Amino acid sequence: MVKKKIMKTREVLKVAALAIVTVILSLTSAFAAEEVNLYSERQPFLMDPLLKAFTEETGIKVNMVYIQKGMLERLKAEGANSPADLILTSDIGNLNNHLEADLLQASQSSILENNIPSHYRHPEGKWYGLTTRARIIFAHKERVKPGEISSYEDLAKAHMKGRVCTRSGKHMYNVSLLASIIAAKGEDAAEAWAKGLKANLARKPQGNDRAQVKAVFQGECDVSIGNTYYMGKMQTNDKSPEQKEWASAVNVIFPNQSDRGTHTNISGAAVTKSAKNKSNAVKLIEFLTSNNAQKIYAEDNFEYPIKKGVALHPLVESWGTFKADTTFLSNVAKQRILATRIMDRVRFDN
Amino acid sequence: MTSASSSIKIADGTTKVSLSWLNGWTLGTIVIAMIAILPIAAVIFISLTPGDDIWEHLMSTVLTLYISTTLGLMIGVGIGTLLIGVGTAWLVSMCRFPGKRMFEWALLLPMAMPAYVIAYLYTDILEYSGPLQELLRDLFGWKTKREYWFPEIRSLGGAIAMMTLVLYPYVYLLSRAAFMEQSVCVLEASRSLGRGPYRSFFGVALPLARPAIIIGISLVLMEALNDFGTVDFFAVSTFTLGIYDVWLNMNNVAGAAQLATVLLLFVLFLVLSERFARRKQRFHHTTTKYKALPGYLLEGWRGRFATLACALPVVFGFVLPSAVLANYSLVHFEVAMNPEFIGYAVNSFMLSALAAILAVAIGIFMAYGVRLRNERLLKVMVRMASLGYAVPGSVLAVGVLVSLGSIDNGIDGFMRSNFGISTGLLFSGTIAAVTFGYLVRFLALSFGSVEASLGKVTPSMDGAARSLGHGPLSTLRRIHLPMIQGSILTASMMVFVDCMKELPLTVILRPFNFHTLATFVHQYASDEQLGEASLAALSIVGFGILPVIVLSLAITRSRPGHAEEEEVS
Repeated sequence: MVKKKIMKTREVLKVAALAIVTVILSLTSAFAAEEVNLYSERQPFLMDPLLKAFTEETGIKVNMVYIQKGMLERLKAEGANSPADLILTSDIGNLNNHLEADLLQASQSSILENNIPSHYRHPEGKWYGLTTRARIIFAHKERVKPGEISSYEDLAKAHMKGRVCTRSGKHMYNVSLLASIIAAKGEDAAEAWAKGLKANLARKPQGNDRAQVKAVFQGECDVSIGNTYYMGKMQTNDKSPEQKEWASAVNVIFPNQSDRGTHTNISGAAVTKSAKNKSNAVKLIEFLTSNNAQKIYAEDNFEYPIKKGVALHPLVESWGTFKADTTFLSNVAKQRILATRIMDRVRFDN
Repeated sequence: MTSASSSIKIADGTTKVSLSWLNGWTLGTIVIAMIAILPIAAVIFISLTPGDDIWEHLMSTVLTLYISTTLGLMIGVGIGTLLIGVGTAWLVSMCRFPGKRMFEWALLLPMAMPAYVIAYLYTDILEYSGPLQELLRDLFGWKTKREYWFPEIRSLGGAIAMMTLVLYPYVYLLSRAAFMEQSVCVLEASRSLGRGPYRSFFGVALPLARPAIIIGISLVLMEALNDFGTVDFFAVSTFTLGIYDVWLNMNNVAGAAQLATVLLLFVLFLVLSERFARRKQRFHHTTTKYKALPGYLLEGWRGRFATLACALPVVFGFVLPSAVLANYSLVHFEVAMNPEFIGYAVNSFMLSALAAILAVAIGIFMAYGVRLRNERLLKVMVRMASLGYAVPGSVLAVGVLVSLGSIDNGIDGFMRSNFGISTGLLFSGTIAAVTFGYLVRFLALSFGSVEASLGKVTPSMDGAARSLGHGPLSTLRRIHLPMIQGSILTASMMVFVDCMKELPLTVILRPFNFHTLATFVHQYASDEQLGEASLAALSIVGFGILPVIVLSLAITRSRPGHAEEEEVS
């Protein structure tokens, strides 16, 4: 009796399920064209020109969701059924988090191996760098004398008291910078540096990198920390021409040229473990490291191309060449949790 | 909350037919509550998964700072919105002064302004390099920052000011609805017993409006507690900022969920203690006589003061920031006005309208379900279901991701093992997921205002209707809904405007290639380039105020006795 009832329920369930499946399959078959699905931490206004060029060249449609927070959790929750084929991030930290959560898969491509220097990609091809940017010092042209500042360490010295501006110590760019100092000099030295830098701040950390240069221009402080591309964005800003004035008030200083080199970070891409369109995903990464795309990155966003031989934007070139810190970025990324804790310990933002 | 014993008696006294209705209603309420609880349960579940222990580190470093900053923010925003919200609501509901008619709806306008947008705009104006300080330096010949003092906008005080300016309309809206639903007779009784207008306000009207005011304040506090955009931009170390820090910088989602759970318990404690404090009080109206509101005439300086008191919040919360935004939009018109823009606006509008209708329908269903069967289990469940408002948006989004992901993958697994067919993800990454997220987040708004309003309908009404042979549905339709119309409109308006501004849930849950006005603004605002997105930001405000004005007029009309007022004036 009971068994019969269960059988009946099962049959009803089966019919219902089949009906649902047919509906869904008929819906999804409409999307069978060549495509690739992207979760991106980089803004659409930045990626659109690149993705459009990719579609024009290959005929592959790119679908994108822009997610800054929660990308990792979304991939995890969607699991093997996730529609995402690849992710784009604006920092090594996030690539590393996805790697540690086992959400990425290896891919081999001789094109990528040729285009990307080995220290800017995962040894097994689980992530690839696309562009690099340096975290540099902006110094007021008059109020900062030549030689007064030449390293990150100088920012924490007594003669800079009340003269330094920076964004929040918890922002991923500053966390990565501190992580690179931990990787280079150890936890204690890094904490002492963070403490010294905090003591030298002209104001509570606030705003983005661009806002710091504005503060230097206005005389609130003499030096600030920022990513290179902000300089280019300000120097060419026709919409807000006052930003050109801010930029012209400061010199670009690449820190630590006499020792480990300037801290650089990457924006990167990785193929997800769940990728259904893996070959298209690899094609997109290959495209993003091609001469064509690297030129767009360089020209539109003033980033340093990862591929050797691609011309820099003339402005970027005018800042001069520099020696980059060559510590493998994954090793820097591993220190990010500790770096965040140090920022807490020295109460950097308060 | 108020009709406990009586409605059960009603239920018990009714016929068999309506009893089966009752069961369906209770069952429905339980099912809906359980679905709404899923994402919150998921957050609590995540908090129990293993991860690095964050507590020792936080306690020895920044936890006290997080707590004191958060309490400071809550106290500041709470007092600020209470004073502005209740004060202006009383003025426009009970007094007559120049501009009153306009202020009735104009006072709601700041509601449409997202807090992070206003924060950004005021920073531009008030920071050291902004035009105001520049002007002061020119006027007085100051050269550096050290020569004078000026309040720092990027501070706790600044965050309190920004949030107060855009959040006070919640308190205004709910307390005005409460003042208008109050029977004037009680006020007249108070006056005729020799109390002046002030003592009548503090002694009668205010205590009677307490449930509504409390709901307004608690909505405001939850918004303030969960805010990320403003405190992140100002680098004010609140508890919520700490949650994001642990989650994203320490890559510790379990730790973040633990912090979010603590926040949730804190909110629960506040809500329960307030309920406990007025556990013996009842707020039914005992009379059905409504007359036109008295409209104390304020003349001379009193009238001017009233006008000024109502004008200031509107000017600083809406007029000034909108003017700055409009100015930016002109400068950046080419970037802002792209052809896809209209599509984003349509997406925002449709999604917000859908969520508002659903949220209010579910809110009424649940509130009435509780009224019909006042059982502890039901009350607790419904209370839990409206806790989504107490969780920071992105954290709630993760809860939605995890619960929908499990359902989708569960169905997929079942279908694979039984039929060898993969169904993939049915809900995750769809509009349905976004709508579900909105509902879970904003159910508190609709449920709260409907419940408060229903509480004021005396149970003897239910009794009368039911004894005349009407079932629960018919009683709801013919008695309650017309009586709480104003609150229903209020609730739908609040949910709609909040959905228009909503960001984290939309960003995290949305399908591919899907944009709303808010997400479009976000991509620029996240890089502090609001200029490029100013037209979209202005559109959020514009689309937001449209229903605000329309509904506000409807609310004024919805008051029993309003027609008489029209005739009088």
